[in-house]
Amino acid sequence: MDKIKTIVFKEWAEVFKNRLVLFTVIFLPLIMVALPLGTLAAMGNWNDELSQTSNDVPDEFFGELCEGLSEMDCAQVYMLDLFTLMLMILPVTIPVTIAAYSIVGEKTSHSLEPLLATPITTGELVMGKTIAAVIPAIAATWLSFAIYLVGARLMVTDTIFAYLVDPLWLIAIFVDSPLLTLMSVAIALMVSSRVSDPRVAEQLSAVVVLPLIMLIVGQSVGFILIDQTIIMILGVVVGVLDVVLLYFSVKVFQRETILTRWK
Amino acid sequence: MITTENLTKRFGDNVAVDRLTLQIAEGKVFGFLGPNGAGKTTTVRMLTSLIAPTNGRATILGYEVGKDDQNIRRNVGILTETPGMYDRLTAERNLSIYAQLYEVRDVAGQVEKYLRMLGLWERRHDAVGTFSKGMRQKLAIARSLLHEPRVVFLDEPTSGLDPEAAKLVRDFIAELKGEGRTIFICTHNLDEADRLCDRVAVFKTQLRVVDTPQGLRKQMYGRQVVFHLAETAVGWETAVANLPFIKRTQTVDNKLILSLDDPETHNPDIIRLLVNQGAAIQFVGELRHSLEDVYLQLVQER
Ligand SMILES: Nc1ncnc2c1ncn2[C@@H]1O[C@H](COP(=O)(O)OP(=O)(O)OP(=O)(O)O)[C@@H](O)[C@H]1O
Ligand SMILES: [Mg+2]
Repeated sequence: MDKIKTIVFKEWAEVFKNRLVLFTVIFLPLIMVALPLGTLAAMGNWNDELSQTSNDVPDEFFGELCEGLSEMDCAQVYMLDLFTLMLMILPVTIPVTIAAYSIVGEKTSHSLEPLLATPITTGELVMGKTIAAVIPAIAATWLSFAIYLVGARLMVTDTIFAYLVDPLWLIAIFVDSPLLTLMSVAIALMVSSRVSDPRVAEQLSAVVVLPLIMLIVGQSVGFILIDQTIIMILGVVVGVLDVVLLYFSVKVFQRETILTRWK
Repeated sequence: MITTENLTKRFGDNVAVDRLTLQIAEGKVFGFLGPNGAGKTTTVRMLTSLIAPTNGRATILGYEVGKDDQNIRRNVGILTETPGMYDRLTAERNLSIYAQLYEVRDVAGQVEKYLRMLGLWERRHDAVGTFSKGMRQKLAIARSLLHEPRVVFLDEPTSGLDPEAAKLVRDFIAELKGEGRTIFICTHNLDEADRLCDRVAVFKTQLRVVDTPQGLRKQMYGRQVVFHLAETAVGWETAVANLPFIKRTQTVDNKLILSLDDPETHNPDIIRLLVNQGAAIQFVGELRHSLEDVYLQLVQER
């Protein structure tokens, strides 16, 4: 336990001295929160002038999404849904960045061998590195969501706010996001073992974002409508992938493999 | 105490270490010499439970490699060939991370002890990235000792250091030996091995020889005496070669080099003979071979 803690704090001390990592962990969440809140503020101003904003909502969803809502409210709900979905990019990109820099950095500075010579088990080491990447990611996601909620509360009506704290999004943020984080770390661990440039590791691992982007694009062009079922399916699929990927990343993380094959 | 028995490591078809059998007694300094690619680092990695042997067995302090790996790691210190540090962290932080991983009780105390001992205490708050190569090496040595290991493996401890830093490291190793630790040094520096080691092994995939540095010299060359003459004449060498106790003779310029077992007894006879032949003897001296001569000969064989 103590060794895991040592690794976690070591990772944070090292990796947060890197500007790129800091940017991802601090500015990305800020942008993700500023965007929807800024848009909401702007929408508030238009409110009365333009009431055909509902053109933004793909016609297919009109009935499903906006039952009992005015066109304006419907547009807001639709937009907030999109931004909440986009918030889920955070639990994917943050851990990828942290894990990629932590592992590739360790490789290029040749510090893995002395580390592996200590009586730390490979399990503890993987755990330490995983936790070091997972905690900031989840913290940043939840904190962003909280700020987003508080900001939205001040700007939207009760009816619309209820859509934001719908179980759909609570599951997405509190269940799917941590699961996505784990998946990203596992993938970053594996990719990092194969490359020697943290940026390459980051970019390769960033493919994890693709399914999410597809969901976001899918919704914004009217191809799919994110609902509770999709979020649940996402959670189950990612959960299963987590187990499989973590199994393989622990397998990759063997003392001998690291020393003789990680180049 | 380190023992190996037919220890072998293969990487695919390439045999890096072939049936190495060794015994190293507790408290001794053991030099492991061999050319680049000989398999020294691979051997050290097996003995520190970093990689698994393909065949054979090894024990460190009675713990068997492959079975008691955690105990080996707890009781062994290693200076790796490329000793990586966390460059963005301070020297002190680097060491305390390792002290914690090595389950050291008094982390701050041990870190301070070794920082002071290696002359890095003043720089403890500086990021390691700002350190010179010599300072990094010293820090890495400190790191390998934090948990007071009874066995220490040093993979080329003085490579890349200037003569002064190298001497500091050598003196430090001598001090460690004084504390009764068993020390296993891989090195290319034969002078260093000669001065520090109780025994040395010459190794190139297979073990060539193991002996004390003096023993090796004797084993290879016997004892040799060199007679510096004003000039040489035909027949002198043959006359000397006919003496019953002379094993080998050789003339180089005006020097007559003779191999014999007991120069203290027989040198006077040789001198008498040479003087009778009319030779003008300028100097007589024992020819001391460096460990380097021995090493080069052994490594080039086969
Ligand atoms: N991970 C590996 N995969 C494949 N072959 C390896 C690996 N590590 C070492 N070897 C091979 O094993 C042999 C011994 O290498 P090793 O590094 O042990 O030599 P060394 O004696 O330490 O050399 P040097 O003096 O250059 O440090 C070499 O032929 C090397 O190519
Ligand atoms: Mg080597």
